[in-house]
Amino acid sequence: MSMLGLEFMRNAFMAGGCIALAAGLVGYFVVLRNQVFTADALGHVAFTGGLGGVLAGLNLLAGVFGSCIAVALAIGALGGRGRGRDIAIGTVFAWVLGVGALFLSLYTTARSAASGTLGVSVLFGSILGLQPAQVVVGSLTGIATAVVLLLIARPLLFLSVDPEVAVARGVPSRALSALFFVLVAVTVAESVQAVGALLIFGLMVTPAAVAQNLSTRPWVGMALSAGIAVAVVWLGLVVAFYIALPASFLITGLAFVLYLASHLARRMSRIGRLA
Amino acid sequence: MRILGALQLDHAAARLGGRLIWTEVDLEVQEGEFVAILGPNGAGKSTLLKALLGVVPLAEGSVRVFGRPVRRGSDEIGYLPQRRRFDPDLRIRAVDLVRLGLDGERWGMSLPSPAKTNRVAEMVELVGAAAYQDRPIGELSGGEQQRILIAQALVSGARMLALDEPLESLDLNNQQAISELIRSICQTRGVTVLLVAHDINPILPFVDRVVYVAGGHVLSGKPQEVIRTETLTALYGTPVEVLHTSDGRIVVVGQYEPVTHHPDDH
Repeated sequence: MSMLGLEFMRNAFMAGGCIALAAGLVGYFVVLRNQVFTADALGHVAFTGGLGGVLAGLNLLAGVFGSCIAVALAIGALGGRGRGRDIAIGTVFAWVLGVGALFLSLYTTARSAASGTLGVSVLFGSILGLQPAQVVVGSLTGIATAVVLLLIARPLLFLSVDPEVAVARGVPSRALSALFFVLVAVTVAESVQAVGALLIFGLMVTPAAVAQNLSTRPWVGMALSAGIAVAVVWLGLVVAFYIALPASFLITGLAFVLYLASHLARRMSRIGRLA
Repeated sequence: MRILGALQLDHAAARLGGRLIWTEVDLEVQEGEFVAILGPNGAGKSTLLKALLGVVPLAEGSVRVFGRPVRRGSDEIGYLPQRRRFDPDLRIRAVDLVRLGLDGERWGMSLPSPAKTNRVAEMVELVGAAAYQDRPIGELSGGEQQRILIAQALVSGARMLALDEPLESLDLNNQQAISELIRSICQTRGVTVLLVAHDINPILPFVDRVVYVAGGHVLSGKPQEVIRTETLTALYGTPVEVLHTSDGRIVVVGQYEPVTHHPDDH
């Protein structure tokens, strides 16, 4: 049977591709703005929020989206950059993860032991087991995130590389930073069911890092980052279809190999230029 | 007929963090003038620039630029903030930074535009940065970065440059070269220049006027009129002495930290 004849494979390509598109674009700015740590920490919030949502009798996704967006706005309100903020974020997120552990324990004692896999699936996702509704939510939010990001891309680029001049030229710094955090949060949240709260990090950071190694032109870099993210997801799915290895392992593995190769390429080109 | 002033402050006062940092400032700068803004650290030199950029609102009085009230994001003023270097890892080409000065505040993506590309190329050429415009900004030297930033400040068609310590952290040769570049832009393009400096000496041969900010007030005039022991003592409100070294440099010493120093001290 052909690969695309299977509904779960079509779902995986569709939702995975849209989420990767958003992750690649958002990730370009996460890397440019040195906010890799913040993005990673939002994955912890997604974990706790998802479990909290289920415990409260709501939908898991409602918990994930609600908690991620609320925390993103709080970080945005905190403002600033640098060490002090990193410490504050680290402290709060460690606590949030602790709350997540509590939720997981409450959840597993309240229900049968078989439901204990919920925690694992929030962290690592299950791209080959998506329900039709999940595919629709993942794809639409992925595309919406990408569109909003492209609409704010130019002032966000200005604000990211040259904040003081950007402010003097009229870029609304606070509002734009907060909106960007929300986009990061939505990207993490939408990915929870497909690639998981931990692995989305690989799709957000690694393709962007590869793109910035390969090009110093911002618009080319953004396109490369999105393209690489989509390509590793699709390629990972194809390989996973033929050999029995977890798709998430293959996707992050491919991204990592590309990262090493791009580093090598950058180093070689520098040596070439000096010679 | 009266010449239209480039900058006009009337009874202006600025507040920063609840504290009035200067008050009763009356200042007029004519179009095409090269003005140095001097004074001790924390006196409010940078705030003066931010007030005319519309970034810091005045607590009292008014400020007009080219006859109009200021607003943030005006194309008429190019701004170069006080800063350290760009992050060495910043992987964005120098020319892209110049381009952001042209339309970086607009929403949406940047589409190819020959007119804008030409405008950027013209500015890069003007500041003599063509040779390294395609290199990542983080890899450039301090002097090279400063040239790129001047191009960025000018690219939107600015008629006034607000430069906050552009010579800081440059070596003597680069201080000289950048000062000459700014003077030539001022003279050939009629651009009004307001330059905040820690040390008057590298720009002394070029400036038309100095504005001295100290003790909550502002004094302006020709360098030899303002940078004198009696005038500065009155302005600071404490004894200050102006010394002339044998090689023609001016040094201001007093109870505050010395506001000029030998560039080799860096």
